[in-house]
Amino acid sequence: MRERFMILFSGFAAVLLVRNLYVMLVKLPDEAAQGAIFRIIFFHVPAAWTAFLGFFAAFVCSILYLAKRNLRYDAVSMAATEVGLAFAAGNLISGMIWGRIIWGIWWTWDPRLTSMLICWLLYAGYLMLRRAVEEPSQRARISAVLSIFAFVDVPIVFFSIKWWRTQHPQPVVWGGGAMDSSYWNMLFLNWVPLILIAVVLILIRLRQEEAQREIDAVRRWAHAL
Amino acid sequence: MDERNFTYMFYGFAVVWLCLIAYVVSLAAREKRLRQQLDGLKKLMEDRAK
Repeated sequence: MRERFMILFSGFAAVLLVRNLYVMLVKLPDEAAQGAIFRIIFFHVPAAWTAFLGFFAAFVCSILYLAKRNLRYDAVSMAATEVGLAFAAGNLISGMIWGRIIWGIWWTWDPRLTSMLICWLLYAGYLMLRRAVEEPSQRARISAVLSIFAFVDVPIVFFSIKWWRTQHPQPVVWGGGAMDSSYWNMLFLNWVPLILIAVVLILIRLRQEEAQREIDAVRRWAHAL
Repeated sequence: MDERNFTYMFYGFAVVWLCLIAYVVSLAAREKRLRQQLDGLKKLMEDRAK
């Protein structure tokens, strides 16, 4: 059943991506002020939203793990964090490339950029911590606490452009930013395949984690014989 | 269309996919390690059975 969902999601994501790439490269006009480079928004912003969705899933599963002590929640939290981190890296680096053209610099210690980098480092630290602790329930407990703590940074990243004066533009979704409706539609339409890809990757990682736990259990049993 | 602007747009698109491809490669490597562990486990069980 899970395999079927994964194939279905991947196929739908691929078709939608090809369609979106055609529309954004051929049909949509260049943005008046920035030109072609503005199209980075169709991957830069949805990548950040997908990463935040992953981190939110990890946050919820971490709370559920601490409440119920079910290792499955820990596995979902870990898988969602890993996938979220990949999308967050895409967001950060594509933002740097955009900044190079529009601001003339690769990086600036602006509140939005800095808080996003801290967010990435916090979740990278979460994954490193998991490698350092051997005992599964202890690892799950410590990781859950760190995941909840790390999620505090997500709203800071989100609101940083409202709370402080920044070089980063105001949010396009709600706030001072404005966009043509055709750009709006494409932004949300391109978020759909990224979410589907994230779900498929989380399911694959989850299956691996389940297989690893089964292998460890059988190994312990075999050694006990 | 400004040539440099277009080139950097391509880099921006590509980098998101490169991050995801790097993650997929790490998933494939983990899958390979799991298979190796499973083979080792099968061998261990067979040795025990003998």
